[in-house]
Amino acid sequence: MGVAGSQRHFSNFGRSLATALGDPRLSQIFALGSLLALGAWFRDFSLRPAQIVLTFAAALGTQRLTWRCYPPAARSYRSAIITALSLTILLRASNLFVHPVAAAAAISSKSLIRIRGKHLFNPAMLGIVVALLLLPGSWVSPGQWGNDIALAGWFVTMGALVTRRASRGDISWSFLGFYLGAIALRIAWLGQRWDVWTHQLSSGALLLFAFFMISDPMTAPNSRGARIAHAALVPAIAYTWQFSLYRTNGLIWALFVASLAVPLWDLAMPAAKFEWITQGAIK
Amino acid sequence: MNMSSFKLVFRSAILLAAATIALATPRDAHAFCGFFVGKADASLVNHTSEVAIARHDDKTVISMSNDYQGAPKDFAMVVPVPVVLQKGQVHVGDPELFHKLEAYSAPRLVEYYDPDPCAAIALSEAAGFARAMSAAPAAPMPQRANALGVKIEAQFSVGEYDIVILSAKQSDGLETWLRENRYKIPPGASVALAPYIRQDMKFFVAKVNLKEHEKSGIEHLRPIQFAFESPKFMLPIRLGMINSSGAQDLIVYLLTRDGRVETTNYRTVKLPTGENVPESVRDDFQGFYKAMFSEQVERNQMHAVFTEYAWNMGWCDPCAAPPLTADELRALGVFWLDEGQRRSPIAPMMYGGAVPVTLTRLHLRYTAATFPEDLVFQETQDIENYQARYVMQHPWSGSANACPAAKNYFVQLRQRKIEEAETLAELTGWNLDSILKKAGLSGGEVTHPWWQKIWQ
Repeated sequence: MGVAGSQRHFSNFGRSLATALGDPRLSQIFALGSLLALGAWFRDFSLRPAQIVLTFAAALGTQRLTWRCYPPAARSYRSAIITALSLTILLRASNLFVHPVAAAAAISSKSLIRIRGKHLFNPAMLGIVVALLLLPGSWVSPGQWGNDIALAGWFVTMGALVTRRASRGDISWSFLGFYLGAIALRIAWLGQRWDVWTHQLSSGALLLFAFFMISDPMTAPNSRGARIAHAALVPAIAYTWQFSLYRTNGLIWALFVASLAVPLWDLAMPAAKFEWITQGAIK
Repeated sequence: MNMSSFKLVFRSAILLAAATIALATPRDAHAFCGFFVGKADASLVNHTSEVAIARHDDKTVISMSNDYQGAPKDFAMVVPVPVVLQKGQVHVGDPELFHKLEAYSAPRLVEYYDPDPCAAIALSEAAGFARAMSAAPAAPMPQRANALGVKIEAQFSVGEYDIVILSAKQSDGLETWLRENRYKIPPGASVALAPYIRQDMKFFVAKVNLKEHEKSGIEHLRPIQFAFESPKFMLPIRLGMINSSGAQDLIVYLLTRDGRVETTNYRTVKLPTGENVPESVRDDFQGFYKAMFSEQVERNQMHAVFTEYAWNMGWCDPCAAPPLTADELRALGVFWLDEGQRRSPIAPMMYGGAVPVTLTRLHLRYTAATFPEDLVFQETQDIENYQARYVMQHPWSGSANACPAAKNYFVQLRQRKIEEAETLAELTGWNLDSILKKAGLSGGEVTHPWWQKIWQ
């Protein structure tokens, strides 16, 4: 099939590029960049070009500033680019200041909110939480992707590529297993039609969360067992938030809350911390 | 546009809208989010529903329009509601409110006139005069109920309606109860009722009190409104699918304080707007709009919810009909209006005087297969105004020989007409050659770029 062929082609291209350069973040940037382009062109993303520019400017600028205060061993803008891409894909605003403020908060949180040498929150997720809690005129559109199966397939392909490179595929797949399992049980209990399950499965927002947020190797627990537990805790909180309290953006809030427990997981189940540049070419 | 020219446009728009509303075609028999239940053999089929929801801080007022066309004695409806409603929470509204909402938010056609190309004023300075057109404008037995696991939580009459609020333990018990109380339940009802029972929702069951109805002398049934507090910001649409064979249309008017409303479990899409269309659209704007809407539904595989209007209730530009007054908004359940007026010193219904109410008009066409879940909404912080608006530009009526500039004008005019025809074909899926022929631009004379037909 043409689409599958081209996906494979792109995946191969991304993988070889990443292998060549030894950093999975490059393939992640490639994947997220494709998603942003797809969404902006084909999905009525109600995103202004100025918001994209300001997000990147604020993310990269803040990254540069934090290096002055907290000089790192190696400098790279890659993580900041990933955060900026995630924010532009997920966050919506009716003004121009929400995106840059969220981006600045996201990037600075990596230096400011650290426990035992590891930052606590996935920066993009924190940026969104800051925007929703504190910044007027911001929102997240969980329905913006539509349930186009083909697009969902695209996400899975791209996401699989990214998590494989980052060796944290276990958290994505176990999260999807727990979350979709819980949805299936709810459908069975309510006596709803099974179309509801496929409708949920093909939500772009869910797959984006599974493959690009909860899977962030820098903020997920270090040990595999703890990652699986984390991947069960997040859907449990999200489920309660959405189906008992009837609030929106359950996954974002759940990840925010569950992140607070990650240092405890790392303490209880110690394992080596993830480093971006230990794989591929350098290894 | 300066203030005086605006006033002129504003006034003419109101006049024209008033004239055109009367031309709006009558709708098909409307459905509710619940289902109609015939008590005789009347054939009751849902096609289009209109619902208005006013919501702020989990406090919700839902109004359901009632365009039921059958005999009042055959009318009944069942709507799942999140909480038990008491008499004071239910009200019978004025149908005029829906007409006003519909007229104010209707997709609109605006027209402009080309200026004289020979006149000294530059084209760009010519003020267009817009005008708008409206596009469409018996007491139940408690013991038996207990035996069936059905509990009559409340029972009262409001206006011409007798209302029972039920809770149930089993969907088949509820179905039996409804049948025993002579409501003709569509086949498959218990399957559709079950998910609501499991979610501990109650059932609002209404039928017409014939004595009251006759006494009131009102010909048509009036909208039912109810107010409740619940975190659930949703609209049950699944129940309404039972007694509907094909696709149904639903228009939801959402009145909120802070911004536009969208669905969280379906994609919310803004319809194409601001497009220039041929003059011929004026003759049948409703036909154009229906065709365009159907085309957009098809392109989104009937999986999307369309935004037709999202605007602050204080004003409009151009106005298809004047904004609703403060009293009308209160009647629709906008309980926070006074609080907002205290905050804003500006007179609320003047142009530019924003009121703390955003009206979002969502339109969806759905079947049981394409919308497997009830609609779940969220209020965004988006305050950008949007309307489905189509533009018609009348050409200058002078002669090509009037001046050298006129010749050039007619060359450009021809190109513009071709582009308008192409836009119309693109929006509606209509045949381009037929449109061109109708516009007096026969197909043979039109030159298309070579690449245009490659992927068609």
